[in-house]
Amino acid sequence: MTDYIVPVLLLFVSAMALRKKENAYDLLLSGAADGLKLLVTLIPPLIALLTAVTMLRASGAVSMISNTFSPVFSFFSIPPETAILVLIRPISGSAALAVGADLMAQYGVDSQIGRTAAIMLGSTETTFYTVSVYFGAAGIKKTRYTIPAALIADLTGFLVASLTARFL
Amino acid sequence: MIMSWIWLGIIGISVVAALVTGQGDALGAAVPQGAQAGVTLAVSMAGSICLWCGVGKLMEKAGLTGLLSRLLKPLLGRIFPSYHTDPVFAGCLSANVCANFLGLGNAATPMGIQAAKRLSQSRTDGIAGDELCRLIVLNTASIQLIPANVAAIRSALGCSTPFDILPAIWVTSLCSAGIGLLVAWLLGKVWRR
Repeated sequence: MTDYIVPVLLLFVSAMALRKKENAYDLLLSGAADGLKLLVTLIPPLIALLTAVTMLRASGAVSMISNTFSPVFSFFSIPPETAILVLIRPISGSAALAVGADLMAQYGVDSQIGRTAAIMLGSTETTFYTVSVYFGAAGIKKTRYTIPAALIADLTGFLVASLTARFL
Repeated sequence: MIMSWIWLGIIGISVVAALVTGQGDALGAAVPQGAQAGVTLAVSMAGSICLWCGVGKLMEKAGLTGLLSRLLKPLLGRIFPSYHTDPVFAGCLSANVCANFLGLGNAATPMGIQAAKRLSQSRTDGIAGDELCRLIVLNTASIQLIPANVAAIRSALGCSTPFDILPAIWVTSLCSAGIGLLVAWLLGKVWRR
C-alpha cells in the first residue's frame, strides 16, 4: 500500500498542474534548482553537527546519557538509545537531524531504534524555535501556557512514536 | 547564538567523557569521520531533496492548497472561532496549515506569522490570547503528508522501503497535535495571565 503513495502523488500533482495549464515539467525543474540551493545551506550544519554527534558517541557519552535516562525511558517504553534525540529535538532541528541520522546508521534503518528515531523526527517540530519566531513576530511577552502545551504534545509524539514503530 | 552553546556543550561533554572512559583514540578518529559522514549524508540525500522541492512547487501551482483548505474548513472553524469572523485571518490560517501539511515550509511560516499578527493586533497588553496559543501549538506539532527529509535520510542510509513509516508518522503526529490542542484548550480555561 505505502509503496504507491508517493508515485501516485507524483502522478496526481503533475496531472493537476497540467489541467491548470501550468508547465508542469518546467515547474518541477525550477523547484529542483531551488532544492540545490536548500541543499547547500544544509551541508555546513550537517558537517558540524555530525562531527559533534560522532564525537559524542565515540567518547562513550552517548551510552552514559542513555544509561542515565534508561529507567525513565523504559518506564514509558521508549528506547533509551533515543534519549539524546528526545532531548535535542525541541531545541535544534539540524542537531536532531544529525542525531537521528546517526541513530539510523548505528542501529540500522529498519531496526526498532532506527524506525523510532525516524518517526520521532517526522512527527515533531523544533518547538522552541517555532514558539520564539511566532511570538517574536506577534510582539507577545506573556506566552501563558503555550510552551507547556507544546512540550506535552512533543512528549506525546515521542511516546506514540515508540508504539507505532512497533505496531504499524 | 544558541547553536554556539549547543556545539560547545556537545564537544565539551565528549572531551570530558573520553577522559573518563579512556576513549581518547576513538574521540580523535571521530572528528574526520563525523565531518565526512555529514557530507556523505547530504550528498546521498541530494536527489530526494531536490526532487521534493520540485514537487512542492508543482503542488503549489496545481492548486492543491486551495483544494485542501476547502476540506479543512469545518475543522479549522471549530478550533479557531475568529475563522468565521475575520476572512483575512481565515485565509492566512488555512494557507499556513495547508502549506505545513504539504511540507512547504518556506510558504508556511510567513502565512502563519501573518495569522499570528492578525490575532495579536487587537490587544496591546502583550499577552497571548487563547487562539494565538492554539495557533502556535498547532505549528509546533508537525502534521505532514510526506515527511520528505526523513524519507531521504532513510533512503540515503540504504533503506529499500523509505516510505513504509508514513502511516506510523501520520498516526503519531495526529496524536501529538490532538493532545497538544486538548491540553491548550484545558489550560486556557484555568491559566488566565
